[in-house]
Amino acid sequence: MRYTILLHYPEMTPESMGEDAWAEGEREFTAYAATLQAAGALIGAEVLQPSSSTTTLRTVDGVLQVQDGPFADTKEQLGGTFVVDVPDLDAAIELARRAPGVSWGAVEVRPGALYTVDGVWTPNA
Amino acid sequence: MSAARARAAAERAARDSYGRLVALLAAQSGDLALAEDALADAFEQALTRWPDDGVPRNPDAWLLTVARNRIRDVWRSAAHRRTAALPDDTASADLVHEDPLADVDPAAIPDRRLALLFVCAHPAIAPEVRTPLMLQAVLGLDSAQVATAFAVSPSAMQQRLVRAKRRIARARVPFVVPDRSAMAERLPPVLEAVYACAAVTWRQGAHDLAGEARHLALVLAALLGDEPEAWALAALVTLSLARRQPAGAFVPLDEQDPATWDADLLAEGEALLRRAQRPGVPGRFRLEAAIQAVHADRRRTGRTDWAALRTLYVALDAVAPSLGGRVALAAVVGRLDGADAGLAALPPEPSPAFQPWWATRADLLDRAGHGVQAAAAFRRAAELTDDPDVRAYLSRP
Repeated sequence: MRYTILLHYPEMTPESMGEDAWAEGEREFTAYAATLQAAGALIGAEVLQPSSSTTTLRTVDGVLQVQDGPFADTKEQLGGTFVVDVPDLDAAIELARRAPGVSWGAVEVRPGALYTVDGVWTPNA
Repeated sequence: MSAARARAAAERAARDSYGRLVALLAAQSGDLALAEDALADAFEQALTRWPDDGVPRNPDAWLLTVARNRIRDVWRSAAHRRTAALPDDTASADLVHEDPLADVDPAAIPDRRLALLFVCAHPAIAPEVRTPLMLQAVLGLDSAQVATAFAVSPSAMQQRLVRAKRRIARARVPFVVPDRSAMAERLPPVLEAVYACAAVTWRQGAHDLAGEARHLALVLAALLGDEPEAWALAALVTLSLARRQPAGAFVPLDEQDPATWDADLLAEGEALLRRAQRPGVPGRFRLEAAIQAVHADRRRTGRTDWAALRTLYVALDAVAPSLGGRVALAAVVGRLDGADAGLAALPPEPSPAFQPWWATRADLLDRAGHGVQAAAAFRRAAELTDDPDVRAYLSRP
């Protein structure tokens, strides 16, 4: 069963949090990916650029608008995702517990519904 | 045993067997709603077939087999639907061949109710629906009965239960008893939910469920085996039930005549509490049960041991601090050191308003001779209760 672990946290830069803390954060991400890989659970992961780099498309009154900025202008932003394949929710929560950022933001565990294999939708199970 | 008690015992035995079947079917399929539906179908078939074919030698095994077949049918049609919607999908076709029920021996039905209790009180389940889920899935109460106990409409309760069960299946909450390392974190919500079941039965309209709450606590303690807090919870629920007063005028605990208490239940509660004794710091439920046991002791000694109560409430405040515990401690201090000391021990006025705080303050003011302030506090306490008997008592001239 696939779950996506979504990390939401206040956006930071090496300048705002200090070089040492930033480097420590990077080490945590490296260690976390290695842990998931060693557990045989990691399908894929992505750390996102800050929401200041994002562009949002939406249709307003029938007109497609392309705008700078994130979908929701909140203090905590989606910062990264880890897709894992584990037997059940308890196993997914156990991995999410160890996610970097669990102490500075929210970590969401969301079961997948469908995923693609060679471009074809496949039910999650 | 009275006829009423015998009937209650028979009903409970039937529902115990129901709970065991639901737990097993749900544990194997991972889908509580599907397990309940399949079992309901099996019962329906039994009602039409047993009168002609005769009652099978092992009725539970018969029901389990029929329900299991029903689950397989549902899986097959679901896999069929999925395959039709996603023509290139080969993975879902495997569902038909994978049969998690295959290794279940219907003649030896294992008890998976403990795993089911942990699912009902899983952190992924909203706290307010945990107790209703237990009542329905483990004790077999229908959603209308559960709705009455929680004073919500049957349709609203039905909706909450359906949503929670869908969540269990879709997020794949595992039907397992947590291992020792996770137990310290996972057990308290289970105990809480069972305790909430007992608490809700004090509400008007839910009195009939009091025995069920006790039964649930006993099942939990027996299945866990060696967990002192579970035995203490069973003791607490039993001792509270023993002191239940007949419906009608409200009588506060220290004015109750011990002769009106149920001697059998008190003896049983005390025996349960002895099973919870362990060296070391007692847990929250052991302290709460011990407090009830001190009150129950008045039937032997003719007096309440307020000093023992103070010791227990102070310990409770250290282990599991709560506003209710602080307020109760202030009432005890009022008995030991005088009403003024009790008032001084009362925590600051809580917000939102807390009924026991106002009732205790009113009583302490009254004992201290502040009649006018006491009358105002009694009025406030009466406004805050939803129990008409308690309101009548607090509003007495």
